[in-house]
Amino acid sequence: MEIVYLLLPLAGVLVVAIGAALLWAVRSGQFDDLEGPAYRILMDDDPVAPDDPAPGDGAPHADD
Amino acid sequence: MNDNGDPNGGRHDGAQPCFHCGAPVPPGSDWRAMVGGVARSLCCPGCRAVAETIAGAGHAGYYQRRAEPARNAAGMSDLLAGAAALDHPSLAGGCQRDLDAHRREATLMIAGISCAACVWLIERRLAGVPGVLQAEVNLPTHRLTVRWDRRRTSLGAIGAEIARVGYLAQPYSPDARRRTLAGQRRALLRRLGVAGLLGMQVMTLSVALYGGAWYGMDPAMEIFFRWSALLLSVPVVAFCASPFLAGAWRGVRRASPGMDLPVTLGIALAFGASAWATFTNRGEVYFDSVAMFVFLLLGARYLELAARARAADATERLAVATPDTARRLRLPHGDDYEIVASAALRPGDWVQVPDGATLAADGVIAAGESVFSEAHLSGESAPVPKRPGDRVIGGSLNLAHPVTVRVSACGEHTVLASIVRLLERAHRERPRLARLADRAAGAFVLVVLLLALVTALYWQAHAPGEWLPVTVAVLIVTCPCALSLATPAAVTSALSALMREGVLVTRGDALENSTRVTHWVFDKTGTLTEGRPRLVRTFGLGLPEQEAHAIAAALERGSQHPLAEALRQAAPPAAAPAKELRSFPGGGVSGSVGKTRYWLGAPAFVTRHTGHVLDQAVCAGYPEHSLAVLADRECIRAAFVLGDRIRPRAAALVEELRSRGGEVWLLSGDRDSAVQATAASLAIAHWESGLAPGDKLQRVRALQRTGAVVAMVGDGSNDSPVLAQAQVSIAMGTGARMAAVNADVVLLGGELAGVSALAATGWRTRRVIRQNLAWALLYNFGALPAAALGLVPPWLAAAGMSASSLVVVANALRLGRQRRPAHDDTPVTGRAPAQVA
Repeated sequence: MEIVYLLLPLAGVLVVAIGAALLWAVRSGQFDDLEGPAYRILMDDDPVAPDDPAPGDGAPHADD
Repeated sequence: MNDNGDPNGGRHDGAQPCFHCGAPVPPGSDWRAMVGGVARSLCCPGCRAVAETIAGAGHAGYYQRRAEPARNAAGMSDLLAGAAALDHPSLAGGCQRDLDAHRREATLMIAGISCAACVWLIERRLAGVPGVLQAEVNLPTHRLTVRWDRRRTSLGAIGAEIARVGYLAQPYSPDARRRTLAGQRRALLRRLGVAGLLGMQVMTLSVALYGGAWYGMDPAMEIFFRWSALLLSVPVVAFCASPFLAGAWRGVRRASPGMDLPVTLGIALAFGASAWATFTNRGEVYFDSVAMFVFLLLGARYLELAARARAADATERLAVATPDTARRLRLPHGDDYEIVASAALRPGDWVQVPDGATLAADGVIAAGESVFSEAHLSGESAPVPKRPGDRVIGGSLNLAHPVTVRVSACGEHTVLASIVRLLERAHRERPRLARLADRAAGAFVLVVLLLALVTALYWQAHAPGEWLPVTVAVLIVTCPCALSLATPAAVTSALSALMREGVLVTRGDALENSTRVTHWVFDKTGTLTEGRPRLVRTFGLGLPEQEAHAIAAALERGSQHPLAEALRQAAPPAAAPAKELRSFPGGGVSGSVGKTRYWLGAPAFVTRHTGHVLDQAVCAGYPEHSLAVLADRECIRAAFVLGDRIRPRAAALVEELRSRGGEVWLLSGDRDSAVQATAASLAIAHWESGLAPGDKLQRVRALQRTGAVVAMVGDGSNDSPVLAQAQVSIAMGTGARMAAVNADVVLLGGELAGVSALAATGWRTRRVIRQNLAWALLYNFGALPAAALGLVPPWLAAAGMSASSLVVVANALRLGRQRRPAHDDTPVTGRAPAQVA
């Protein structure tokens, strides 16, 4: 069981690392919007109807 | 999927909604765009431009995903002009920050976001702009944070991209209070996270220690575990629990101990004793209880703060509802305009408001007719038609045609600004019940401290080894946190829910008082009736009708009374000016036209001032109508018969209030037959007519002397004294007078439905508060003896106390979530929202 003497400090290091990550996440605003990401994950990367070349609609931006 | 969510498929009749914004496509127009391979009909060039841009950039998926039609984009040129103004340092300086030499960051408030698809569209759009490094929209707050490379693009260009997909971007710089709230939220979140993280570690060690105590454990290992737990608990106590320590210290210094004191004592005692036990290697350790207690307590506080932040966000969205730029005309009635910052507008300026644009200031329509939506101000979904001479308020959206508006108020003086001020006041004030609970909690704390002392001494004397855990349990289990959280959390949620329905509660107490009301007293004109009377008939008594109209209109020029409005509308445009105008609230007006002095108003008022009595026979044919009389010193010159309609929901409201156990009274300054007719059709048994404001005041006082709790519902302009006398004052806020009244509750839409919303929410809030208080008291008084008897170990005390706080806050949050079914059965845009695919 002497391995615990090594494992516990290791766990402590891990806790410090996770704590730092958490503080960084709070500081950088990861928790500011708790609603949007739930939708965002459903909406990413949309293959728009492939048969739609949108002919002649003259939109200047096709840069997506 | 190919249908792209258009519910109407290929139907092409006149009533077809615009594919983009849902407004009806004007007959005969032909704006089309190809979206998803199908030609779509659109209502205006602006919407077509937006739809083409969205489809052309490959973002057509937006139309499948959105849950609501988009904002009308007819004011595209203004959107673009507003975006260009973002580059102007005076306008957007406050929202930008330099990150380094080239990168800048800005926060923008986006108007027009209705669902998650909007967020997706904007982020997608900006991701395609060269030079934009990062763009993120916060869905609940509608704020965009964008970072860009200043060498490759500018904020104005970014704003223009947002405008091209139909949204309005405005600089956003939070005021000090918002920053504090946001800072508090993050600080609390940090503490909560750290407490949870370390708490879990401590718990793991504790489980091992408990197991060791049962099955036996190597003593060296046990010491090692105890020291590890101690080390992990230090940040929990020193960092995470610091708000409680600070709160307790403040309470002690002010000699009014709050609920933080027993919490702190419990934490300090449990931690101190455990630390001592670790040092001396004798006795029990309770690090797990300490960590769990701190974590759960912070959790309850976080929920409460989140509710407050949500309320503040909603207020804030109201505050920024006006655009930052306006088209100011260089010459009145001209077409030549310049784009100026809204802050530069002054009363008296003339502004052009194109269709699809939001009004930047309050004003009066000078030219053009249109339809305005005041939905986000008043909760009233039906657009309001506006004609020249009508008042329009800043923040309302012009839906139909361009108009010219003469500015009457701007900046801090607008209706919108005062609504925001009132709302903030209501949220700031602690309602009476909350203050009561605070006082009760204060007394309770002293009792708890005393009991803890007694318990400690008793156990010290009888079972010295047990005194510490028992005392800690008593201190923690009886903390009256739930008692203090019960009311504010419920009131905050309820106020926000009411605001969404167009009911502005300006005093925190009003909600609670509304449940004690025994008598609902209504004014008639403008309250139970629509207050937009039409002139039905004019009797000229020695004056030609036309001249009578002209004189009446001149006398009523400055008056806000609804009858005045009707008289003004009937008058020929070039009315003679009146001098020495004097108004008698609740009676009428007097003034001089030419050389003659006139009195105009209710028959009783005119009789009081001139001594002339209107011959009853003149208006005998109009028993149900209101009368206004015009007289000079000689005799009565004219009588005006005015008709008004009863509001559609009045009867249902009267019925509902009665079913809640209230008595409904009608006190009116109008004449007998008119009031009687209204009372009869609404089945109101108690009514009085011909009352001056002073008389109404007397009646309300008399009611109150008999023990009645009176809610007065009036139009707010000439009922002020009565409103002030009533325990709950409710004013119909319509148009420009929306928030200028001093009432506890303002019905912003001018809709009676607000009264029943108030009553219903008041009762619901009361029920929740009572549940909360009952639960808190039951819990505290039930747990106290058990803890004092030593039946509750500290960890159970911590869990029980925190759970009781969480229950209370969660129960209160229900109020904000519950939504009454929408009561409008005639949506004007008439379009079923496209389903999210």
